[in-house]
Amino acid sequence: MPSLPDIMTPDAETLAKAQGKGRAAPLEAGSPEHDLFTGLTRLGDNTLILGHRVSEWCGHAPVLEEDIALANMALDLIGQTQLWLGLAGEIEGRGRSADDLAFLRDAWHFHNVLLVERPNRDFGHTLMRQFLFDAWHQPMLRALEDSADDRIGEIALKAGKEVAYHLERSADLVIRLGDGTDESHARMQDALERLWPYVGEMFHVDEVDVRLAHEGLMPDPASLRPAWDATVTEILAEATLIRPEGEFFHKGGKQGRHTEHLGHLLAAMQWLQRAYPGAKW
Amino acid sequence: MYAQMVISEATNDDPAKLEAFQARVDANDKIEPKEWMPEGYRKTLIRQIGQHAHSEIVGQLPEGNWITRAPTLERKAILLAKVQDEAGHGLYLYCAAETLGVSRDEMTEMLLSGRMKYSSIFNYPTLTWADIGAVGWLVDGAAIMNQVPLQRTSFGPYSRAMIRICKEESFHQRQGYDIMMKMAKGTPEQKEMAQDALNRFWYPSLMMFGPSDKDSVHSAQSMAWKIKINTNDELRQKFVDQTVPQAEYLGLTIPDPDLKWNEEKGGYDFSEPDWSEFYDVLKGNGPCNRDRIEARQEAWEKGRWFRDALTAHAEKRAARRVAAE
Amino acid sequence: MSSEWPLWEVFIRGQHGLNHRHVGSLHAPDPEMAIRNARDVYTRRNEGVSIWVVKSADITASSPSDKGPMFEPSNSKVYRHPTFYDIPDEVGHM
Repeated sequence: MPSLPDIMTPDAETLAKAQGKGRAAPLEAGSPEHDLFTGLTRLGDNTLILGHRVSEWCGHAPVLEEDIALANMALDLIGQTQLWLGLAGEIEGRGRSADDLAFLRDAWHFHNVLLVERPNRDFGHTLMRQFLFDAWHQPMLRALEDSADDRIGEIALKAGKEVAYHLERSADLVIRLGDGTDESHARMQDALERLWPYVGEMFHVDEVDVRLAHEGLMPDPASLRPAWDATVTEILAEATLIRPEGEFFHKGGKQGRHTEHLGHLLAAMQWLQRAYPGAKW
Repeated sequence: MYAQMVISEATNDDPAKLEAFQARVDANDKIEPKEWMPEGYRKTLIRQIGQHAHSEIVGQLPEGNWITRAPTLERKAILLAKVQDEAGHGLYLYCAAETLGVSRDEMTEMLLSGRMKYSSIFNYPTLTWADIGAVGWLVDGAAIMNQVPLQRTSFGPYSRAMIRICKEESFHQRQGYDIMMKMAKGTPEQKEMAQDALNRFWYPSLMMFGPSDKDSVHSAQSMAWKIKINTNDELRQKFVDQTVPQAEYLGLTIPDPDLKWNEEKGGYDFSEPDWSEFYDVLKGNGPCNRDRIEARQEAWEKGRWFRDALTAHAEKRAARRVAAE
Repeated sequence: MSSEWPLWEVFIRGQHGLNHRHVGSLHAPDPEMAIRNARDVYTRRNEGVSIWVVKSADITASSPSDKGPMFEPSNSKVYRHPTFYDIPDEVGHM
């Protein structure tokens, strides 16, 4: 059967934008402000979405000590989100606060990597996701300390101290669980294989990254790979886990094309702000 | 106040020892774990501290229910920090009970199998964001009433845990009231949510103090041992007297038509909660009993492989260390 | 398996403190994790700069019933305290 003519509006995004905040002349794509705004939302959306995922464990972790430790990590990530998205709003100059950006953008305007929106699954999967991210996050923040923009350097310095601890902790637990019991080993190897296709996106470079790196504002993501490889190779070896072979990776998160999971996460996260527009909480 | 209706255990000890023990308690000596204590004192404490600890842990659930839906980044952080504190308080209390010779795992198994209780209040659902305000304001408010005097309890580890808990909890009630202020002075819908939350949480909060214990022999024994410091009725009265003006400030109405100031007693007269509902909830028929316990069972069961794996790894490490020496 | 993680006692030295003070206990599978758990459980409010942990089972405590013989004898040795001695005002601070 031939397909029916498309009677849908061709540009739903523009219409949706016109109804929400930021309708006043969005930043021009390719402009330095737009690039920096995009780079900052990539950082802030990573911490926001991962912090949200980690917070889902609160009250449900396998042991009280872990419940408390995970909440600390989620709190660090939420705090970093406030800083990154706060700065993004400032750069944008359209009066949007960190909360506006977190609660009033739709999924296609989120720029986090797909890795952080993957569901928690079991506790081992959560920790493996954390480790793979931390091993990227730490060298990323270290490089950001030297950003040409001092505001970025300051945030990176503060966040870097927190994330150094996150990495120490997640790496240690990956080792312990990889080299624990047969069951824990199998679970960790399974988690690693499931998450592996989401690793490559963290190092994937698009034209925004190129321009930001050129301006000395943010590092070239590909430059972080050797540090990440060194950490991951060492920890996986100690954990007796086998590094998957595949080079294929899913991408799109940084450009706003997400998995189905993000929509559900945002539906919960943004619900109150969306249901009662303009209310103060 | 998470220890409702803790029945004191009978004690069959040497009267001379009992008398000496009572003299120490009366002199405000702290009793430490390895010292002699009446069997009833030990058992009552295990039950009371255990119930208190379980309440902190189960108490994470109704508030945790809103962490992923908190309306701003700051509210999300505050709520997460608060629920995290509850896990910490549960941990401190389990440790205090452990000094009496019962392990945390044993207490957990007793909670999960229904042999130990937790406060009835956590079997009520949190249905709107205003409930998070009401829980902080009313439930934490009621808990603090009981916990502050318990800092002076006779058992050293319990007393020290309560001191730490009270210090940390000081922000909990305030953050709840802060949410209520925003809601009560917000949009008409927000105000409606705030009033609805007060309507639903008022009587369950009064039940937190337990039924009247004026004539209870068990209470008298616990009070003599300074495991219990005030009667349930004293604390309930104090709570009402403190809360009514706070509700007035918010412009909210306490759902009790008979509430009125009694000049003579210098406190409010108020209606009793429906005690048959209280006993129903204790028997397992509250709105959320089954969900709460199942959530804890699931966390425990699904976490077993994790706990076992870390034990196994620690043993491997220790063995390697020995081999290397 | 399912044996419970052992109990550890946690000692923390605060920002301005000279000594490590006992702050409470927790469970952990080994000393390294006990330190980390102590960091997460007991320094949430910026309480510490240094942590010690020791297995609860490894602590030897004085017996409470010995309280009298253990500690009272030192009560009578007042000459160990500086206030025992009267130094004339003219001598000045000593």
